[in-house]
Amino acid sequence: MSSATLVPPTPASSTASRIRGWRKNPWRRPRFLQAITIGYLLWSLIPVAIAVVFSFNSGRSRSTWQGASLRWWNGDPFDSLFHDPTLRAAMLQTFRLSFLTVLIAVPIGTAFAIGIDRWHGRPARPANFMMLLSFVVPEMILGVSLFLLFTNLFKNLVPLGTTAQLLGLATFQMSYPVIIVRARLLSIGPEYEEAAMDLGAKPGQSIRRVLLPLLSPAILASVAVVFADSVDDFVIVRYLSGPANSEPLSVKIYSAARSSPTPAVNAAATVMLMATLAMIIVGYLVYRRFARGTGDAGDMASFTQL
Amino acid sequence: METTSPPGTKRRRGWRGDADQRSGAWYPRWYWPSFTGPGTLWLVLLFVLPFYTVLSVAFGTVEPFFRTPLPVYQPWYWNFATFSTTLEKLYVSPAIYQPALIRTFTYVFAASFICLVIGYAVAYYAARFAGKHRVLVLVLLVAPFWISYLMRIYAWQSLLQPDGYVNDALGALHLVSSPVLWLSGKPVTVILGLVYGYIPFMILPLYGSLDRIEASMLEAGRDLGASPSQTFRRVTLPLSKPAILAGLVIVALPMFGDYYTSNLLGTQQTSMFGNLIDTSVYQAGQGPEAGSLVLILMVIVIAPMLYYLRETRRAAESA
Repeated sequence: MSSATLVPPTPASSTASRIRGWRKNPWRRPRFLQAITIGYLLWSLIPVAIAVVFSFNSGRSRSTWQGASLRWWNGDPFDSLFHDPTLRAAMLQTFRLSFLTVLIAVPIGTAFAIGIDRWHGRPARPANFMMLLSFVVPEMILGVSLFLLFTNLFKNLVPLGTTAQLLGLATFQMSYPVIIVRARLLSIGPEYEEAAMDLGAKPGQSIRRVLLPLLSPAILASVAVVFADSVDDFVIVRYLSGPANSEPLSVKIYSAARSSPTPAVNAAATVMLMATLAMIIVGYLVYRRFARGTGDAGDMASFTQL
Repeated sequence: METTSPPGTKRRRGWRGDADQRSGAWYPRWYWPSFTGPGTLWLVLLFVLPFYTVLSVAFGTVEPFFRTPLPVYQPWYWNFATFSTTLEKLYVSPAIYQPALIRTFTYVFAASFICLVIGYAVAYYAARFAGKHRVLVLVLLVAPFWISYLMRIYAWQSLLQPDGYVNDALGALHLVSSPVLWLSGKPVTVILGLVYGYIPFMILPLYGSLDRIEASMLEAGRDLGASPSQTFRRVTLPLSKPAILAGLVIVALPMFGDYYTSNLLGTQQTSMFGNLIDTSVYQAGQGPEAGSLVLILMVIVIAPMLYYLRETRRAAESA
């Protein structure tokens, strides 16, 4: 939509000469692709920016600007994000779930990655396949399956609510550390550990004092990714939420968006956005610091393509 | 993804377990398996078992009084009546579920195709021409990846309100005389919503693949007499084909299970397969049907899933 407004209207003759020019020198900057890219970036980011701005709207509307205020953040004593008890509970639940998911998924996933990288036994293959399958399965399928599990087979074991949400989220997120840590394991190879063992380290010592420090960029990146993705998660968490106070921000936003949302919902979404972005930025900075001098380029590209 | 052992080393699977012959390091047989143990056990309990529960619910019955699902856990007692009724609702004459199924395929194909066209242009530009702005472009391209899907769709829902900014802009340009009701079940709104939501997943693999194509390859094509468009068609496109297919699969998979985009940007008239599942899950007496629908969705997505896994393994092995 924005790309059309960005390209200045060019007469046909100049278009023809431009094509001729491009034939002569295909390495010059293609204006057309540039326009699409800029248009895409505006299209992808401006709606979110507008949604953030509208959290400061003074009226009830989320689509018509009625002046700036902090009413929906803090001002309104009942319906603002920091005063509405349900939104406060939801915020707390979001951070609790994300934090605990990191604590579960990252250690188990890291151990799995190390094990699967070194273990050449026959059962390693199906175990790894199962892990990768959990990475690509549509979240909808996993969410409904877990819902049916917790309402039938595990009915008397785990009720719907925080525990079920945590188990489900950790299942869905576990494959991230596995993939990130394995990529790192492949790039560092077994030599450092072997050297440590040749120098007399026991297997446990070589892992603790050689392998884990070498893996720390990947582990930290996993922490950032799992945390950010858990904050944003919605499908699994919604199916497994029990009482109303177990619904995190994402679920509240979904329910509100289907009825009549106030800008307090925008404020809630902004909190999620800030939490995610802060985590990713911190993760990236720490990653770059730790990856320095270990052969990894440590630039944005290698971080994003983990 | 079995790790490839270096050439010349033989794997030993004897009673001594895995020994690394080069260093003489020796691990007890249980040593590495114990690392994978917790993760494997976790997935068996919370990934495999849930699927078994889906089967048991789908092929089970309903409790007559409360209408809650009554799963049957013994495969030899499974009853396929509900499953076949559900299947029939997809294609036999009062095929009440058929429109949603057709819609799902139409929307997913249309949205994936648009994702590919826009995504390819953007990834191509970022990989080849972004120059000194490369890092900035990359950061901006990656940003939507980390913004919650829900917030992005919610943002559009606000913009597309009858009094929202999209209608304001169209009205100011005199393109429409009265506000367009974008959210009243227009397929185009839902398709563009899907594109908007999933396109970052398309751009990243494409960027990665296009970025790896050496400029010397393209120059060679040009030196050997190919025109720019021929170079693109016969060098760039074939080299990026695996990424195109992987990108198409990775955006299409979640779209097949998507129900919230239609719920937030559309109405009943745009409901997709995911909506069928989502409504039946919570309805009393519909447990076996919800299970059956999940199984059918699983059948639809299993081939692209396995394709994706095979391709990523191949890429990892060749890297």
